[in-house]
Parts: sequence; structure tokens; C-alpha cells
Amino acid sequence: MLFGLAVSDSCACVLAVKTMWQQHLAKPCLRLYQRQCALTSKAVRVHQLHSTSTGFTDRCYDDLYPGHIHTTPIQKALLAVGSGVAALQNPYRHDMVAVLGETTGHLALINLRDRMRNDPEGYAVLTERPRIRLSTLDLSKMASLPDGSFGREYLRFLEDNHVTPDSRADVKFVDNEELAYIMQRYREVHDLLHTLLGMPTNMLGEVAVKWFEAAQTGLPMCALGAVLGPLRLNARRLQSLFTSLGPWALQNGRRSRCILSIFYERRWEQSVEDLRQELNIEPPPITLSATNKKSTKKYE
Amino acid sequence: MSASMRLLVRRAIRLSDTNIQISAAARAAARAAARSSSCRCFSDAAEDRSTHFGFETVPETEKAKRVYKVFENVAQRYDIMNDAMSLGIHRVWKDMLLHAMHPQPGVRLLDVAGGTGDISFRFLEYVRSQQERQKRRAARSMQTPSWQDISNNYSTEDEDGPLESRAVVCDINKEMLKVGKQKADSMGISTGLSWVVGDAEELPFDDDQFDIYTIAFGIRNVTHIDQALQEALRVLKPGGRFMCLEFSKVTNPVLARLYDAYSFQMIPVLGEVIAGDWKSYQYLVESIRKFPDQEEFTGMIEDAGFYCVQYRNLTGGVVALHSGFKL
Repeated sequence: MLFGLAVSDSCACVLAVKTMWQQHLAKPCLRLYQRQCALTSKAVRVHQLHSTSTGFTDRCYDDLYPGHIHTTPIQKALLAVGSGVAALQNPYRHDMVAVLGETTGHLALINLRDRMRNDPEGYAVLTERPRIRLSTLDLSKMASLPDGSFGREYLRFLEDNHVTPDSRADVKFVDNEELAYIMQRYREVHDLLHTLLGMPTNMLGEVAVKWFEAAQTGLPMCALGAVLGPLRLNARRLQSLFTSLGPWALQNGRRSRCILSIFYERRWEQSVEDLRQELNIEPPPITLSATNKKSTKKYE
Repeated sequence: MSASMRLLVRRAIRLSDTNIQISAAARAAARAAARSSSCRCFSDAAEDRSTHFGFETVPETEKAKRVYKVFENVAQRYDIMNDAMSLGIHRVWKDMLLHAMHPQPGVRLLDVAGGTGDISFRFLEYVRSQQERQKRRAARSMQTPSWQDISNNYSTEDEDGPLESRAVVCDINKEMLKVGKQKADSMGISTGLSWVVGDAEELPFDDDQFDIYTIAFGIRNVTHIDQALQEALRVLKPGGRFMCLEFSKVTNPVLARLYDAYSFQMIPVLGEVIAGDWKSYQYLVESIRKFPDQEEFTGMIEDAGFYCVQYRNLTGGVVALHSGFKL
């Protein structure tokens, strides 16, 4: 009789497991399997596209924008992992940071695009597609602007930190032309953000800007940089980051207007204070100096 | 005949040869006409002819320039990328080439598309170890010399010094040669190696100069493979050996699928992450697919005038080692 009970118990167990499987796990597993099949078949189709083209047909890449490289989902995943590792090993490889941003930022870019579309100035940026490059900036006019104006301060920032707006890598792996522009705009606006926030390009300033951007855009690459950047700071800077700079950057990132929606090219004459107020950004709690990277920080 | 005259005569012969090849290729084009739209590929003027650059179609004159740019970009990271892409197996392939070559001390090697010098370094190492082995064998057999032996030894001492083997690395790309020279300096190899800039289709050497001609992973980048093969025949001594290591068609279908997936998914990603250059490595995997397979390439080598042409598949056909003799 005990044996009969044990058998019936085990049968009940098996039945329970089976129903549980059917209810909770089978569908997701099936969906995962189907997705896997779809991915591999897509990869094979892409490859077949390559292998069936003979020497006499042109390459069938639809380059959505100059510099666009077509990638399969598997390649994007591999790129994300590889570029992450490479960027961690050598943070000076800006191209790897860029690739990481492109391959992981799809959802955040869509979110940004929707925010830009809902903002009238952002919509103007999306339609007119301005680019910030040395060739498009009128440097002499900007230099003649009064001190405290956005254009003059931006120029001062470029000179003090020895950077140029032309050093940004082009977007390669985003498969949508509009999203690629948004990514490119984000990269070009980064320097302007430094000016707006008053942060130099040393490690602490960069981390503060990254925290702001992570809160603003939600790009995984910014979040990763925000988390891993502080690892390279010494104790004193870490303290200032966590007590004053960090919370300030996060709060303002969350409440400020979308920084990509601003048509900066039309606002060179506007004063920095004015622009900050419009964007809902508080002035920085600490003034960081750009010239001496070692220590001189002025506390206000 | 002066060198310039010889060059002119050679060009004339080549032009007449290309005319014959054009007609042969025209027959091939008729077969492929259903697929191809650019029938002007086989017109008489050389400028109109187009060829493949990976899966792209480019004019022939442009292919050499683009290949030059590819290797100029990848030269600094070439060796690291080779190790990463082949998981180190390329060293095994090159060692197998040397073992098949089995060079004896005193031979002259021409390593075309030698670039960073992998084959030449291995060649010098092999020959040196061969020489040492011979010396050791001679010393072992001469342990108890008679007075006659000793006097013979003294008389023949200065006659022939150690047989000097020489390797010449020839490459069209100066960047690759630069990297190779740096490697040689860091390895401390100074004698027996020279670095020459030259085009495989028109080698800057006289006839009948070399005992062995090798071209490892270079011949698929040449615009006119048949011309490169004819040049190989020209510079080899009678009895000389032609050896070619090149990516080829994988015979096993399962392995072929895996290899294709790995090539197209992984290698450009590796190129982007390690060398920061996606397009060059995309070209590399595509150019492998455009290269003729083992049998067809054997036919091409035979057409150039080599005898006893054989091939051996390495790693299931991923790489094929072709060998032929000039008799």
C-alpha cells in the first residue's frame, strides 16, 4: 500500500511539473527558440546574400548613411561585448566607447527621438539636422562675442582643454538613419554640455558629465561610464563626487529639459546663465579648474 | 639583351597571352552571361576590365590601390589579428609549409607577399637548426679521428664555409615590410635576410635566381594571378619549387557552415575591436570566397608551366598548400 501511495505521489508530482511547464515555461521557451531560429536564419540569409553575389554584381549593402556598416544581431552582440572589454582595458580607445554606445543604445535612442519630436525646438533640430564641426562654426564671430555668452564660453572651453569638435567618431552601427543622427548629435553636444555644466575634461569633470548624461538620456554606455568612471578617482575626488557633484549632476539630469532638443547653433549670443535657467540646470556647486589636473580646486 | 629590352619583350608576350586569355574568358563569360549584366568586362581595352574586390566589383586598375590601402591600415596589428582570428592556428600552417619545404642549407628563398616575414624567419630558423644537426652528426661520427682524417680536415678547412642560405622578402606594401624589419631587429636576425619592395606580377629579379618561391596568404590579393604564376616560373631556377599557402574551399559541409558563420560574424567584429577597422577584415573574408578552389588553382599553376603540381588540405580545407616544380 505504501508503495502504491509513493507511486501515486510521484505521478502527481510529474503531473504538477508538466502543467507548470506547460503554463509557465513552455511558451517563453518556444518563443526563445523561435527567436533563435529567426536570428540564425537571418544571419544565414545575410550570409547567403554575400555568397550568392558573384564578382559581377555590386555589394548589396543598403548604406543608410555615409559610414553605415550593416550588422546582424549576432554581430551587434559580439561588438557590444568586445568593445566593452576593449574600452575597459584601455579607456583611451574612444572608438570602442563609441561602438559600445551604438550597439547598446537602441531603446534609449528611440526614447530620445520621441522626446525630441514632442519638443518644438527638438523637432526643428531633427528636421534641419545641424552638425557641430569646425567647418560649420564661425569661430571669429564667436570669439568677438562678450564674455559670459554661450559661444564665447564654448570657445574658451575648447582652448583651455585643447579639444576640437572634429574628434568625434562617426556613427557606424545604428541601423536607422534618424537614430544615427541623434547618436551623432549626442556626441557633438557632449562638449557643449561641458560648457553648460562648467566641467573641465579631467577625470572628475568627465564623470560628472557622464552622470548627468546617464540621468538625461538613459544610454547604457553613459550608465556604464558613470559606474566605472569613479573607480579611477582618488579618495578626495570621490568624496567631492559623492557629496556634492554627483547628486547635483543626477538631479539636474533628471529635471532638465532634453539637452538634445536645443538648437545650440542659434544660441551662441545667449548668456550661459540664461541658457542654464531655460534648461532648468543649477550652476555647479564646485568650480573645477581645467589647467592643473592634479589638485587646485576652488571651493565656493 | 638589356633589362629594358627584356621587359618590353616580356610585355609583348604577356599582351599576346592576355589576348588568348580574353577569348578563353569570353567563353566563361558566355556561360555566366545569364547572371552578369556587365558584359563590357571583356572588352579589349584594359581600363574597362573590372574584377572583384571582395564581393564588390571594381575596375582592375583600382583593385591594386585598394588592396594596398587595406594592408597599409592593418600592418601594425597584422600579427595580433592573425593570432586572434585563427586562434593561433596560422602558426601551425606556416610550420607545416616549412616542413613540406624541408629546405637544405644553402638554398635561396624568395618569399613573395612576405610582408611581416613569418615564412622567412621560420625558414632561417629551420635551416640553421638543420646546419647544427649536420654539424653535430659530423662531430659525432668523427669522435676518434685517425691522423689521416685530421690532416684532411686541416686541408679542407677554408674551402667551403657554412653554406649560406638567403631569404629575400618581397612585398608590394612598404608598411608591411617596415613592420617585418622591426620584427627582425627585435629578434636579432641580421644576416641572410633582405627586404625588397616589388609587385608579384612584375618581380624585380633576374631569371633563374631562386631555389624556392613561396607566397603565403598573398596570392588571392593579386589582381592577375596568372601573371604572378608566370613571374614565379621565371625567377625560379630549373628544379626550383613553387609553394603556395592560401585559404581555400572547405570540403566538409558541416565544417563549411561553421567556418562561414565564424568568418562573416566574428572576423569583422574582431577587426573592429582589435584593429579599429571593420572594412579591411570584411574584404579579407570576402576575398577568400572569391578565390578559386583547390582543383581550379592547381589547373592555373599547371597552365603557368609548373610540373608535378599537388595540393594538400590543411584544417579540413580551410587552407590549402599547393606545390609545383619548374623542370
